[in-house]
Amino acid sequence: MKLRHLLTGFALALSLPAFAHGANAQTTNGSADAATIAQGQYLARAGDCAACHTAPGGKPFAGGLPIQTPFGKVFTSNITPDADTGIGNWSEQDFARLMRTGVLPSGGAVLPAMPYPSYARVSDADMKALYAYFHQGVQPVAQQNTPSTIPLLGIGRYPLRAWGWIFGPGAGVAETSTTSADIGGSDAPSVARGEYLVEGLGHCGACHTTRGIGMQETALTGTSPNYLAGGGAVDGWVAPSLRGDNATGLGRWREDDIVALLKTGRNQHTAIFGGMNDVVADSMQFMSDNDLHSIAKYLKSLPAQHADAASYTYDDTQSKALFAGDASARGAQIYVDRCAACHRTDGQGYARTFPALAGNPVLQTNDPTSIIHIVLSGSRLPGIATAPSSLVMGPYAKVLNDQEIADVVTFIQTSWGNKGSTVTADQVKAMRNTATPVSP
Amino acid sequence: MRDITMKHTDAVIIGFGWTGAIMAKELTEAGLKVVALERGPNRDTYPEGAYPSSIDELTHNSRSELFQRLAKTTLSIRYTANDEAVPYRQLAAFLPGTGVGGAGLHWSGCHWRITPEELRLRSRYEERYGKNFIPEDITIQDWGVTYEELEPHFTFAEKVFGTSGQAYKVNGEIVGAGNPFDADRSTPFPLPPMKNTYSATLFGKAAAEVGYHPFDIPSANASQAYTNPYGCQMGPCTFCGFCSGYACYNYSKASPNVNILPALRQVPHFELRAECDVVQILTDSTGKKATGVLYVDAAGNRVTQPADLVILGTFAYNNAYMLLLSKIGTPYDPSTGEGVIGKNFAYQNENSIATFFDDKTYTNPFIGAGGNGVAVDDFNSDHFDHGPLGFVGGAPFWVNQAGTKAIGGGPLPDGTPEWGSGWKKAVKENFTHVVSMNAHGTNMSNRANFLDLDPTYKDYLGRPLLRLTFDWHDNDYKMAAFTVDKMKKIAEAMNPKAMKVSVKKPGQHFDMTHYQTTHMGGGVIMGDNPKTSAVNRYLQSWDVSNLFVVGSSAFPQGLGYNPTGTVAALTYWSAKAIRETYLKNPGPLVQA
Repeated sequence: MKLRHLLTGFALALSLPAFAHGANAQTTNGSADAATIAQGQYLARAGDCAACHTAPGGKPFAGGLPIQTPFGKVFTSNITPDADTGIGNWSEQDFARLMRTGVLPSGGAVLPAMPYPSYARVSDADMKALYAYFHQGVQPVAQQNTPSTIPLLGIGRYPLRAWGWIFGPGAGVAETSTTSADIGGSDAPSVARGEYLVEGLGHCGACHTTRGIGMQETALTGTSPNYLAGGGAVDGWVAPSLRGDNATGLGRWREDDIVALLKTGRNQHTAIFGGMNDVVADSMQFMSDNDLHSIAKYLKSLPAQHADAASYTYDDTQSKALFAGDASARGAQIYVDRCAACHRTDGQGYARTFPALAGNPVLQTNDPTSIIHIVLSGSRLPGIATAPSSLVMGPYAKVLNDQEIADVVTFIQTSWGNKGSTVTADQVKAMRNTATPVSP
Repeated sequence: MRDITMKHTDAVIIGFGWTGAIMAKELTEAGLKVVALERGPNRDTYPEGAYPSSIDELTHNSRSELFQRLAKTTLSIRYTANDEAVPYRQLAAFLPGTGVGGAGLHWSGCHWRITPEELRLRSRYEERYGKNFIPEDITIQDWGVTYEELEPHFTFAEKVFGTSGQAYKVNGEIVGAGNPFDADRSTPFPLPPMKNTYSATLFGKAAAEVGYHPFDIPSANASQAYTNPYGCQMGPCTFCGFCSGYACYNYSKASPNVNILPALRQVPHFELRAECDVVQILTDSTGKKATGVLYVDAAGNRVTQPADLVILGTFAYNNAYMLLLSKIGTPYDPSTGEGVIGKNFAYQNENSIATFFDDKTYTNPFIGAGGNGVAVDDFNSDHFDHGPLGFVGGAPFWVNQAGTKAIGGGPLPDGTPEWGSGWKKAVKENFTHVVSMNAHGTNMSNRANFLDLDPTYKDYLGRPLLRLTFDWHDNDYKMAAFTVDKMKKIAEAMNPKAMKVSVKKPGQHFDMTHYQTTHMGGGVIMGDNPKTSAVNRYLQSWDVSNLFVVGSSAFPQGLGYNPTGTVAALTYWSAKAIRETYLKNPGPLVQA
């Protein structure tokens, strides 16, 4: 019964023509029905498969996106149903094994950039739907995979299999998979459903959880206080904590704030940036409201990593000083000249339009990577269906020198009650060459 | 350079300013596949509007960053049909745009509704002042559409633009201290009025003292953060003073780029092609049906875009230009008064007073916003008795402090040297102590003012230039003298230490060397008779029924107000007729 509810939920969420004209369960040549394929499409979006497997300007799911690793470049693979160059010849078992263990039909293993430790959570029914979608819902594209530039991979992928044995979620999880009882229904939001989506296809931990010595995520489930407690720098962006921490996490947000951010990329407090832009544009905006509320409920259920850390409290010292014409604090004059038109002298910004800096969780830590990056590069909100304005903050790399950026970032990190660290010109200099200006 | 034919589309739109963007949104909502062609480059808030390079006066105003590229194409101008027109390498009196957003990207943001009286101007004057009141050379006429018919479209356009203002009367109830001459509205403005500058406050106070009725100018500069019905977002205006001539860096000034294009980017059956310069609307052998358009792309290819429906939405006078180039409709002949394409070109007649104050009164004119200010409407439209005055039209007066910049500079008292230490001294003494006010007057269409093709000069594609024949006439001088005299009472009540009055004197020619306004209209005017108008009340060509010509080109005469609010409402009105009537049964919406 649960499964039927699930399918109904997806049908409503997707509004594909097949559903709009009533239940369509007919099968051809023993293949999957349209509802299952549509469910697979929805799940592929939940997993944001396109983020890696569709290269910019490339055919959908034909791979070829380069991923830079410390050891060399790898290219994502063709996962269209093309028999020769894609996964057209894979059985459902082959597909499920790869998704859960990273092991290829040939016996080798894929790089752990493929988040199979998370996908191990995917239920049998959802795995079946994903398989159906990638075999019947996606156009086959004949495109050879590009060999990686990592020398070790040329010899074989045994080290990667070993990585999977050591850092994967464990044999038990992989073999039994999740039962439908664990995944929650999609007819009403639930923590269980949110847990299933976040820990599974959503693979949120890939960025929001720190990685260990073997690049493995240090936690894969909410039972660990490390899980989603904020990640390390990826591409010059630091994904913040999604746990209940008051100052640095989601402690001050309501469920609706999280839903709004995931659905539209912006909410009353702030806006997305960095790697989260694609997550919302390509994945989260397509999730049903029930699933978004489930995700939010689950995130709100995660206790603070550091329950004893100080809460954020607004401090009006700087806003009063600026209003009185006193810009003597370090970086204050630059802030007034360059930032305050949008973010205001009180640091509150304008809801949904220009993010608040006062109390922003990104500005309460010792790692200023993201804020330096935004000042250098600027930032562009993705335009999406329910919030089409692609609001842009322009880059300041050519406007401000290293010291000026260090000063203004320090002002932002330490004003209005923010508890972030001060910043040096060297920290800005270290990022200047890799921070590319936001694209027109 | 090749000849290319593109895949057929349902509708093609020529020009992507306000009218093109509105039509694109409306027609894609109706399910049509739409291609929009813009002659200029792509432009957006970023990078064109990115702070701080966006507020560079030298690049933008002095070197015409967002304006028409006159090296490629310009227009020739003369005073009368007996003169020889010469092409202009620099424009100053008016500044047409180019690029995505058109003039809608570099406008100021004053957002008005035409008065009901002006929509039936000829009938109104004949009824009130007698059949013989309107001078014979004045070719004004009724629009063929009523305020009541346009009201829902004014309302919707204000919601799309995020307009800030104070309503006077909503559904018959007086709701606030708005313009008491305003027609009834169905809703208040979507945003509260903007804050006022000190100069506008002084003006409003003095206007009330002399018995006039001051109110806040309705402004499409957002007074608060705003999300419009399309989901497009605006940021609140910061009064930076860089509106007219600039792309707003703060998403505060309504533009096609900020308020409509983001939503269109989500529409898969919409395509915008920049740097596509349309040279002709193509018609079939009967000349009665448009088959698409021919354009030249950035690479110089000659591209045919077949379409079922053609929307012509270029800048003001360029709509007449495109019809003349395409040989659609009968060109206007000033010697007989017959023909309609190019007829009733009209402009505006702006006159001004600068008041100078002592060094204790700081007016800080560098602060400003393009749509911001305080106005009085007592001498606009037909709000006063013209009977004894002998002229048609009028002017709203206002202090619209849009931000005085370093290069453009501000007004200086009479007698100030043009350069040298005397000039410097005067700038220093007056820059922050001046209040400028304008009488933003009407210009009545005159049978001697018109548009046609230049017989001599050609542009970069070998097209004959558009020729503008224009000068001021008796009605203009009378209107200028009367309205400035009335505005002077406000200036005097402000008690300045000096005053500089700039008003057109009888016989004074049209001056192309000083900025006035970029509010031109006519050339493809609307009406109820194909002998005296080029498009019907739905802006559909009388000659080619699958061609709609939208924009201020439809105005039969010039307004006192800025035109954009009326242009937007007319475009939504036309779109409604296309969606609800034309598409179900393509053909003439009004029988000739």
